[in-house]
Amino acid sequence: MTPTTATTSAGTAPASGTATAAGLDAPALRETLERLAASHGIRQWDLGASCSTDVSVQVDRGEAKQMKGAQRSAITVRVWNSEGLVGVTSTSDLSDTGLETALAGARAASAFGNPDDTPAFSPLATAPLPELQQPLRPERPILQLLDTLKDAERQLLDRHPAIGTVPYNGLAQRLSERIYLNSAGACRQQRLSTASLYLYARAEETGRKPRSAGAVRMAYGVDDLDVAGCIDEAAERTISHLDYGPIDTGRYTCVFTPEAFLDLIGAFSSLFNARAVLDGVSLSGRNAIGQPLAVPFLSIHDNGLHPGNVGAPAFDGEGTPTRRLALVEGGVLRHFLHSEATARAFGVEPTGHAGMGAKVSVSPDWFEVGPTPGSGGGQQGLDHGAAGQSDGPGLVVIDSLSALHAGVKASQGSFSLPFDGWLVRGGEARSIEAATVAGDIRQLLNAIVGFEGEATITPDGLCPHVWVEDLSITGDA
Amino acid sequence: MVVTAPPPRLQHLDAGWRSRLEPLLAAGRAAGADLVEVFLERIDHIGVLAEQDGITSVSPAFGMGAGLRVFRGLRDGFVSTNDLSQAGLMAALEQALGMLGLELSSAGASGFEGLPDLRDHGRAKGDWLQRCPGLPEATGRLLEGTRRLEQVGRHLQVRRGSYARDWQEVLVAASDGTFARDVRLHQSLGLSVLAADGEHRASIGRRYGSSGRPDQLREWDVDASAREVCESAGTMLYADYVEAGQMPAVLANRFGGVIFHEACGHLLETTQVERGTTPFADKVGEAIAHEAVTAIDEGVSDGAFGSLSMDDEGMEPQHTVLIENGVLQRFLSDRAGELRTGHARTGSGRRQSHGFAAASRMRNTYIAAGPHTPEELIASVDRGLYCKSMGGGSVGPTGQFNFSVEEGYLIENGRLTRPVKGATLIGEAKDVMPRISMCANDLELAAGFCGSVSGSVNVTVGQPHIKVDTITVGGR
Repeated sequence: MTPTTATTSAGTAPASGTATAAGLDAPALRETLERLAASHGIRQWDLGASCSTDVSVQVDRGEAKQMKGAQRSAITVRVWNSEGLVGVTSTSDLSDTGLETALAGARAASAFGNPDDTPAFSPLATAPLPELQQPLRPERPILQLLDTLKDAERQLLDRHPAIGTVPYNGLAQRLSERIYLNSAGACRQQRLSTASLYLYARAEETGRKPRSAGAVRMAYGVDDLDVAGCIDEAAERTISHLDYGPIDTGRYTCVFTPEAFLDLIGAFSSLFNARAVLDGVSLSGRNAIGQPLAVPFLSIHDNGLHPGNVGAPAFDGEGTPTRRLALVEGGVLRHFLHSEATARAFGVEPTGHAGMGAKVSVSPDWFEVGPTPGSGGGQQGLDHGAAGQSDGPGLVVIDSLSALHAGVKASQGSFSLPFDGWLVRGGEARSIEAATVAGDIRQLLNAIVGFEGEATITPDGLCPHVWVEDLSITGDA
Repeated sequence: MVVTAPPPRLQHLDAGWRSRLEPLLAAGRAAGADLVEVFLERIDHIGVLAEQDGITSVSPAFGMGAGLRVFRGLRDGFVSTNDLSQAGLMAALEQALGMLGLELSSAGASGFEGLPDLRDHGRAKGDWLQRCPGLPEATGRLLEGTRRLEQVGRHLQVRRGSYARDWQEVLVAASDGTFARDVRLHQSLGLSVLAADGEHRASIGRRYGSSGRPDQLREWDVDASAREVCESAGTMLYADYVEAGQMPAVLANRFGGVIFHEACGHLLETTQVERGTTPFADKVGEAIAHEAVTAIDEGVSDGAFGSLSMDDEGMEPQHTVLIENGVLQRFLSDRAGELRTGHARTGSGRRQSHGFAAASRMRNTYIAAGPHTPEELIASVDRGLYCKSMGGGSVGPTGQFNFSVEEGYLIENGRLTRPVKGATLIGEAKDVMPRISMCANDLELAAGFCGSVSGSVNVTVGQPHIKVDTITVGGR
């Protein structure tokens, strides 16, 4: 199904706005903005717009729990005033009246623009965009989604008698579109269909504490989702935590799953963020490029274009094309993530990681973590399934980290986080009842022992299992 | 998507919407829905950020939207839209009905008798938005804050002040005769610093919030806030990391209440009963906490960040005693919660915006004051942790909670000694509640934001100083 027929308002004639039944109308948006800007004496402006239709279902023990639909639209307009200062305003009202009000609001806000850090148009806002293989998949009826999710829930419940509920679950599909326009002629547009499935099971055995774990899958359409794989992973993870025990507080060698390590890198991404560096809240200084940050065999790239990154943006909030960027190679910090303004401050090109605002945020897209080619990659042949002396402290596998919003102090470098995982002794893995892992990110990056297995694609990036020595574990024993 | 602004006379959410909403509600009922609810929202937001001695971001936003919810039996369908034209709203209704296998029909009788007179909780609040500080005043106050930080702090690498003003007008209409309007005004302001000296770093922040007080920013005690932040940063800059283990803990008042919010409050929402994720589902009338604990959730405290004149389902909020002397009294419930669990509504149906269906959520939640002084609690501990200031926290689907300690001190022989950082407290809700054995007499509330199934909502947490007999402290 094409985007034209994938909206719930199909068949209704477009009204006075600049979003239509077929999605955003870029030429109409430009025409309206040019007319309104001219009438207000605004000569420089840019705009980011998005709209989407979403449908999602949740189930509870064979019954529909909640079914949701949403039509969303949003724009952010920036205006440069006669003194070159920038103001911004956002709205969900894409009617002509809404656009005019937004322009007026942005111009009013520009009186408070920051003269020391004024954004400009990205010099790459008209550069060629990468070609992304992002098929637009047909939207499926919501009752089909419901049947699919009910069946997935039933299969998961049937996997083990202790799995009593799947309290957190959802199957969703989205059709979205985004646009970037500016008064210098840039025009970016991207349409995308995506689907996601998550299953988070809860299991409990008599006289024991409840345990839970889950899995998530993403694809370009509901028909492409790896439903069976999601059920398998959720079941295996949940069942693997049924037999649990306490862990002694102490220092352990830890193995991070790809998901857990990527979560940690993401939480400390201010290390690579030029905005954070300029603001003084990054652990990296302005002159950190070229300096060692980690063990000499670690590489970290940001690559929003990786085929495994479902829903990759072709361009950022300033229209700069997305690209692959080396952040760390051979343990050395190579590049920062940039917006137009931060790139200008550092004398480099924007990297395609900007948001949109009066103060432009910078954020990563999708990480690739692994050994630096030719470096040896640390210790070889690591296998946590066969590791751990039966009489030693054992090896801790960190499956998933929790509460990153509370337990990470990015500007200090410290973390103290609850996690789900296993203690491996003599090749035998037993789930850990409750524990936290704590440390310093810079020490951790220099305490990586090596990598285990092939890199795995996750929603946040590509990463193998990562071994780190001498981390502090606190058990609830 | 068609985007059509409503006619100018309907830009305000008031009784003028009756003639558009009644046909919608009647159509939904005639299609076979047990109940149809429409939530309309208009917002006006300003966010301001000051860094060092300059304004670095001013972010206005405005918009309108609708959320339509249809119930049939125990099931419901929900659709949100920015399209407030009659056709747009009808299309959203049709989609919601379709989720329940229902179709619009011109034949059926609706049984809907029309909306009553509007219950207008917003009538006396018409000037709130105009009474709030304009941008010149707001930016000036924030810069006053960051300058004061510079004057009273040491080793400050970053100084920030932030202000957010959220004005919201809502109209709720439902086929059961609900027809109510409110105007909400929430303001929050914060100061934060990053102190650095060599390898020592400490980031500390404080946030203050209110509802329905247009003058909050004007009345803000800049000096007291700056001193509080800088004193904490100065202390924590050279603090050692806490030694991990099991130990007693004394949690300070105000934001210390996050422990009850995370460890117990979420588990007393009917959304958790519906999911089967609360250990307290069948414990009403039973002791679930130490007899020293009485806990309350209410939406009525004047000016508190979680207070409401009506919830997002049009019901006036209640003063709900959750736990009395350790015994579970009741759950927080919304419309769907009442339908599915039998727990009567408490005026707790809340949502971040029209994009979310309402769910049972906390408002102002706190442990009631007890008979002790804070000093008595600390004196009762030989060796433990004093948590003066908390960071955020969360609770998982099995009742495991966690929260971080922003500013902590060791308690040794009944006295506070050296500062410690990097602590995370973890535990199980049903284990920790019986261990809250002493409550002090200094109850205070603190503003915060809570993210959950229906989005991020304004809340307050609170408590007096409390003592937990033993808890797991994660650290290095």
